[in-house]
Amino acid sequence: MGTGDIFGMPTAHVLASAMGGIRTAGDLVAWMQMTRKMKIDEAKTYVADKLGIDVIALTDEEIMRQVREDLDIGIITSVSGSAKGIVAKWKIAELLDIEINSVNLLKSKLGI
Amino acid sequence: MTNKIMCRMGDGERVWLPSEQVKEDILRGTQDAAERAHIPELTSEDCERLFDIIADPSKVVSVEPGEEVIVTDDAASMLFYADQENSGQGIPMSRTQSLLAYERACAADTISIGHTDYSYKQVKPIINYETQEYYNASQMTTAPFFYGSQPNMGLYFQPDGPYPNPAELLPEGKISQALEAQEIALEHLADDLVYIGKRMNAVGCEGFNFDTAASAGDADFKATLKAVSKLKEVAPGMSIEVGMSSEFVMGMHGDMTYNGKRLAGLYPHEQVKVVEEAGADIFGPAINVNTSESIPWNLSRAVTFVKATVAVAEIPVHPNVGMGVCGVPMFEVPPVDAVTRASKSLVQIGKADGL
Repeated sequence: MGTGDIFGMPTAHVLASAMGGIRTAGDLVAWMQMTRKMKIDEAKTYVADKLGIDVIALTDEEIMRQVREDLDIGIITSVSGSAKGIVAKWKIAELLDIEINSVNLLKSKLGI
Repeated sequence: MTNKIMCRMGDGERVWLPSEQVKEDILRGTQDAAERAHIPELTSEDCERLFDIIADPSKVVSVEPGEEVIVTDDAASMLFYADQENSGQGIPMSRTQSLLAYERACAADTISIGHTDYSYKQVKPIINYETQEYYNASQMTTAPFFYGSQPNMGLYFQPDGPYPNPAELLPEGKISQALEAQEIALEHLADDLVYIGKRMNAVGCEGFNFDTAASAGDADFKATLKAVSKLKEVAPGMSIEVGMSSEFVMGMHGDMTYNGKRLAGLYPHEQVKVVEEAGADIFGPAINVNTSESIPWNLSRAVTFVKATVAVAEIPVHPNVGMGVCGVPMFEVPPVDAVTRASKSLVQIGKADGL
C-alpha cells in the first residue's frame, strides 16, 4: 500500500480485504509469506494447522481472541502482563517454527 | 438515474455512467493490458464479476469471509504524522507511537517505518538514527515489522547527486555519457542499498522493503536486484519485499540486463521472475492509473496485469494499492468506494496474495 490518507487508503484496504493483524491471525499468516515465501492459501493452511483450527476461523475474532490469549502470542486489547512485542514474537517463532530476525538477535544477546 | 452506476474517474471525480459504458470500459481496460503485455484478457466471467463489484450499490464493498489476504505497506504509519505532500494527517506523534497505532488501532497485518524523506540515499547519512529507531520499536511491535524506503536512483544525478544527469545529457545527444552515468550510479546505489540493509539486519530487521523500484528506469531496477541478491547472501534472516513504480520498466539505459534478461520493457508478469531470481520474498506490482479514464477501465487493466503476474509467480504478490496505482484514484483523499472496489477486485479476480 502507498500514499493516501490513513482512513481512505490503508484502513479502507484493511477493512475490505485484510485479515486484521493481531486482532485475528493476519500477522501469523504474514510471517509465513515473509519467511517461507508462502502464497496466501498455503500460508493460511499452515497457520491453521499450527493453531489446530479451521482456515475459516483464522479471521474469526471470537475464536482468535481466545486462541491468542491462550497461546499468549499477543492480543489486540491491553491485558496487563500479556505477551507483547519481542516476547510475543519469540512465542510466535516457536509456534510457527520460523526464524524471526529480531528474536534471534535477542537470543544471541542472551546467549541462548 | 435509472441504469446508471456511480463510479469514479482516475482522478477521483464522481461520475454516473450507464451500465453499458461501464462494461465497455472494463473490456477496453483489459484489452489494453493484454495488448501491451501479451497476456490473456480477463475472461467473460471475470469481466461480469468485476462489473458486479463496481455496480454494487453499497458505498463500501469487501471480500467474503475466508478470502482475506494480508497487507504490507510503505510506511503507512507515517500518514499519522506526515505532511500534506505525503497525504499525511499532521498529528504530532512519534514514529513509534504511529507504528503501534497502526498495529493496534488499524489492525494491520504488517507494519513498517522509513525515513520521512523516503529515499535510501537520504537514509544513509542518518543510518545510526534509523537503526536506533527501528531497534527500539521492534521490542514493542508484535506484527511483522519492515523498514522501507525507495532506491530512487534519480537522486544520484546532479544537482542532487554526484553524477552527470542523463535526463540532461540525452536531449543534448550525449548518449554514451548518459549511459556511463547510469552505469556508475547504479553501482553506487547498489552499494548504498546493501550497506543500509546490512546495518538494519544487524539490529534485527524483520523485513526490508524496496519501494518504487525502477522509478529511474532499468538501471535503477538493476541496482535493486543486485542489492536484493547480495542481501540475501549476507542477511538471510531478513525478509525482502520489492515493490515497483510502474507496470513498465523504462529503458532509460536500454541495455541493462539481469542474468541475461533485458530489464527495459518488462511488464509485471516478467518483473516478478527477475525479482524471484534475485531472491526477494514478496513482489509488489504497480499499475499506474490513467486519470483521464474511468476507474472501471483502470481497475480492469490492473486486475488483468495482476492476474497474469500471480499466475506465474512463485512468491507472494502484493499489488501496490496506494493512490494512483492499481485502480485507486490519483487523489490524496482516495474515495473509499473506489479503494474498496480495487481491494476486492484484486483479491477475488486478480488472486493477489496480499495488498
